[in-house]
Amino acid sequence: MSETAMERAAKATPPKVARRIKGLSDKAIAWIFVAPTIILLLAVNIFPLIWTIRLSFTNFRANRPNADVQWLGLRNYERILTDSDIWITMQATAHFLVWTIVFQVLIGFTLAWLINRKFKGNDLWTTIIVLPMMLSPAVVGNFWTFLYQPQIGLFNYAVAFLTGADPSGFSMIGDVSLAPWSIVIVDTWMWTPFVMLICLAGLRSIPDSIYEAAECDRASKWRQFWTITVPMVLPFLMLAVLFRGIENFKMFDLVVQLTGGGPGSTTELTSINLKREAFEKWRTGYASAYAIILFVTVFGLASIYVKALNKVKER
Amino acid sequence: MKKTHIIAVTMFAAATAFAAPRSVQADELTLCWAAWDPANALIELSKDFEEKSGHSMSFEFVPWPNFADRMLNELNSGGKLCDLMIGDSQWIGLGAEAGHYVKLNDFFDAEGISMDDFIPATVTGYSEWPKGTPNYWALPAFGDVVGWTYRKDWFERPALQAEFKAKYGRDLAAPATLAELKDIGEFFQGREIDGTTVYGASIYTERGSEGITMGVTNALYNYGFLYENPDKPYDLEGFVNSPEAAAGLEYYKALYNCCTPPGSSDWYMSENIDAYKSGQVAMQMNFAFIWPGVNADPKVGGDKSGYFPNPAGPGGHFAQLGGQGISVVSYSDSQEAALEYIKWFAQPEIQAKWWKLGGYSALRAVVEDPGFATSQPYAQTFLDSMAIVKDFWAEPAYASLLLSMQDRVHKYVVADQGTAQEALDGLVKDWIEVFEDEGKL
Repeated sequence: MSETAMERAAKATPPKVARRIKGLSDKAIAWIFVAPTIILLLAVNIFPLIWTIRLSFTNFRANRPNADVQWLGLRNYERILTDSDIWITMQATAHFLVWTIVFQVLIGFTLAWLINRKFKGNDLWTTIIVLPMMLSPAVVGNFWTFLYQPQIGLFNYAVAFLTGADPSGFSMIGDVSLAPWSIVIVDTWMWTPFVMLICLAGLRSIPDSIYEAAECDRASKWRQFWTITVPMVLPFLMLAVLFRGIENFKMFDLVVQLTGGGPGSTTELTSINLKREAFEKWRTGYASAYAIILFVTVFGLASIYVKALNKVKER
Repeated sequence: MKKTHIIAVTMFAAATAFAAPRSVQADELTLCWAAWDPANALIELSKDFEEKSGHSMSFEFVPWPNFADRMLNELNSGGKLCDLMIGDSQWIGLGAEAGHYVKLNDFFDAEGISMDDFIPATVTGYSEWPKGTPNYWALPAFGDVVGWTYRKDWFERPALQAEFKAKYGRDLAAPATLAELKDIGEFFQGREIDGTTVYGASIYTERGSEGITMGVTNALYNYGFLYENPDKPYDLEGFVNSPEAAAGLEYYKALYNCCTPPGSSDWYMSENIDAYKSGQVAMQMNFAFIWPGVNADPKVGGDKSGYFPNPAGPGGHFAQLGGQGISVVSYSDSQEAALEYIKWFAQPEIQAKWWKLGGYSALRAVVEDPGFATSQPYAQTFLDSMAIVKDFWAEPAYASLLLSMQDRVHKYVVADQGTAQEALDGLVKDWIEVFEDEGKL
C-alpha cells in the first residue's frame, strides 16, 4: 500500500524536541539557549550603562572608594556643558572628524576608481595601498613623529623641496595652526585604504550590462559616472563614512602618540580629554557624566545617519 | 627496609618544616619603580640585601611617561604586585590618605632610624604627610633636583669667549642668573659649531604627564610664585597669579621662543638627553639623575661637560625637587620582609655604596662627608641644588592640580594662547575648583 504525500510529510517532520527533553516546551528550550546571551549582555552592556548614569550624578572617585559619596544632581552635567575648554575639545574633534572623512572619501573613492580599471599590476598596487591600515596606530603615531621632526624628519624636507621653505622653519606637531592638520594627514594616510576597499566592493558590484546599456544610449562617460557609478556606490560610501566617523570619534592612540593632545589643547580630542578626567584626575562621577553626554551625542547622530543611509538604499 | 626509609625521610621533612622558625622564611619581594638608570643601580645594590637576608628580589620598572598611570592603578586597585614602592614625591598625600602606604613612624622608632639623618628637604618632599608634621610614609630613597648641564668644551673656545665678552661684557661661563642663562641661550641659538647648527638650550615642554610643570617652576619660583599664602593654607589668589609669577612665566616662554631647538614642543627628560648627547644644544635642563650618564658618555662626557644649579631669578633662588622615597605597600603580604629591606637600605654603608653606583643618596652622612663634593664632577652642583629645592603640591588630588597646570602653562608657553597673567588666573580658578571638590575650601 503506497503512502500518501501527507503521510510522508508527517513522517519526515521531526518530533518536537521538547518531547525528547523531559517534557520541556519548545519555548522553554529556546529560553535556555537565549538566556546566557541575554544575561551576558545585561552584565557587560546594560548594567555598566545604568551604573555610569547613576555615578554621573555623584562626586564618586574610583581611586578613593572609601570616601563619602555625595549626590550632586545635575551639577556634573552643568559643569561640563558650561566649560569652554570642553567645547574646544569638541571643536577639535569635529574638525578632525570632518576633514579626515572628506579627504578619505575623496581620495579613497578616486583610488578605488583607478584600481577598478583593469591594468597590469593592479593587485600589487592594491596590496601596497592597503599596507598602512595594517599597522598599529601606536607604531604609526611614533613613526610619524619622526617624519614630522623639523631637523631630521623627511616630511619637512619634502615640503621644503617642493616649496623652497626652510625645513627647520616649521614644526608640524609643535605649531598650533599645523598640529590639527598633522593628525588629519596621518589618519588619512592610514585609513584611506579602508574607504578605498569599500568603494572598490561597490564599484565591482555594478553589473557591466548597465554600462553597456548606457553606451547603447550614447551616454557620455561623465554622464555614466554621475548617473550610474555614483548612485550605485553611494550606499557603500555612506557605510564607509559611518565606520570612519564612529572610529574617529573615539580616536585616541594615534593622536596621543603624535601630539599628546598638544600644543596647548589644540589636538586634545574628547576621548583623550575624557581619559584624563576619568583615569588621571580620577573624577569618576564627572567623567561618567561626560561619557553619557558623548554617548547621547554619538547615538543621536548615528541614528539620524542610519535613517538617511536606509533611505539611500531604498532608492 | 625501603618502606622504613621513606617513612623516616617523610617524618624528618615534616619535623623540619614545623620546626622552622617563621622569621627565617625567605620571601620574594617585588620592588616597583621607574625604568631609568638609577633603577639598574638599585638592582646591583640589592644583591647585597638578597645575600644577607635570604629574601629574593624582583623588580617591576615602568618607563617614566607611564609610571604614574601604571603604578597608581596598581595601588588604587589594592594590587599585591609591589611590596615596596619607590613612588613619586607627589604621591605621598594620596598614598597616606588612601591607605596605600604603611606608616613608618613606629618602625623607624623601633629600628633607631632618624629622619634627622636625612637632608631636610628630602624628608619634607618624600616622606612627610601632612607636610611639616612628623608623620612618615617613606624613607628618602633617591634625592633628585632639576639642574643644568652645559657644553664646557664649547664655552671654553677662545673665539666664542671673545665674541661673547664683546657682546655681553662678561665671560662666557655657567650662568648665575636666569637672565644670564637666556643671554647664553641666545648666543648659541642657530650658531654653527664644527659644521653643525646648534641651539641654546633644551628645556622641559612636555604636555602629557608632568614635564612642562617640572620645567616652568624653575622660573616661576625664582620670580616670586608661591603655591599658597604662607599664612593661610589654600589661599591662592595673589600668590599663584602674582605679577611676579606672571613675569616668571613670561620668562620661560621667552626662553622657549628664543633658545630651544625647532620642534621641541613636547620634550621631557629623554628628549633633552638626546638633544644634548647628540650635540644639538649648548645647555640642557634636566633632573640630576642624568649626570652620571652624561659624565660617562664618550661624546659629551668627562671634561666636555659642566654642571650648574638652576640660576637665581629676581625673586629668589630655587630649583624644582625631583626624587622619591621608598614605601611599604599596605596590600603586600610580605610587609615584614619589605621593612627589613628599608632597614638595610637606611644603613650608612649601603647609602655610600648607593652613591657610588650612581644612585643619589639623601643621607646626610654621605653627602656631608668631606670627600663627597669632589667625588664626582657633579657632586658639588648636586649639593648646591639640593639646598634650594621646592616641590609641587603633594595633596591627594595632586593629579588634578598637576594636569591643570600642565594644560594652562602649555597653552601659554608653547601654543602661544593668551597672556601669562591669564594663564595663571585660569590656574587659580582650576585649583580653587579642585580644592572645593576636596572640601578644603
